[in-house]
Amino acid sequence: MTVAVVRFPGSLDHDSARRAVDRLGGRAEYAWHADGELPPGTDAVLLPGGFSYGDHLRCGAIASRAPVMAAVRRHAEAGGRVIGICNGFQVLCEAGLLPGALRRNATLSFVCRQMELEVADADTPWTGGLPSGERLSIPIKNNEGAWYGDPSEARVVLRYGPDNPLGSTDRVAGIASRAGNVMGLMPHPEEACDPLLGSTDGCLVLRGLVAA
Amino acid sequence: MTQMVVVTVMPKAGVLDPQGQAVRGALEQLGFAGVADVRIGKRIELEIDGDDPAGQARAMCEGLLANALIEDYTVEADG
Repeated sequence: MTVAVVRFPGSLDHDSARRAVDRLGGRAEYAWHADGELPPGTDAVLLPGGFSYGDHLRCGAIASRAPVMAAVRRHAEAGGRVIGICNGFQVLCEAGLLPGALRRNATLSFVCRQMELEVADADTPWTGGLPSGERLSIPIKNNEGAWYGDPSEARVVLRYGPDNPLGSTDRVAGIASRAGNVMGLMPHPEEACDPLLGSTDGCLVLRGLVAA
Repeated sequence: MTQMVVVTVMPKAGVLDPQGQAVRGALEQLGFAGVADVRIGKRIELEIDGDDPAGQARAMCEGLLANALIEDYTVEADG
């Protein structure tokens, strides 16, 4: 399975994402923000974390209007799988491929720590067949990670614990489109795919990219 | 001839503005009592060529400058 990892000016986590895709047996190919098409043979798309276009105006706003996003939209509309992680989630919301918006954390601080997440919807490709209520340990690192929106417009896939550290509506950590093929989350599954990093739970999420 | 258009983008009423809250707290600490609320937005100055600069600016707000889900905007054109 070929996974297009889209790079924007200011993307940071594309190398970690590529390593995670490799570890899962997929083949990662970089796509560039100015490209009009995804790499030939793309099966799935990953929008990595970072600070695309310096987070200017609003996080993800400028990237969501980049030429490559027209190709990502076509891929998603044809039923192809797309995952956006952190800044990639912000880009998907700004592009209208997922509902809602990501706002400044309620703490007004950058939050960087391992999080325990709760599976809220078992019936998507992104939770490795785990039942609802199952826990995943995946880190977060962001400043604008509070999801704001109407949860009934999406499928809530992952939730934070009761402390809801960023102040998300309905404790949302990750949501998917109604069809389930487009997923966005603030936690970083690509940083939880190696036992050296303390958790491999991220593999369960990213397997959605390489599993048929 | 270009015309200056000023776009103001503000967080929507009811949407928590943590920046405003933090500044309100700091003002209170400095002794400025009686500040009931602080909201922080952005001012965008556009130099626009062509007809209907205000209309163009509104289209830019809809297309990029504001996120209608969480922000309101106003457009002011000189002259």
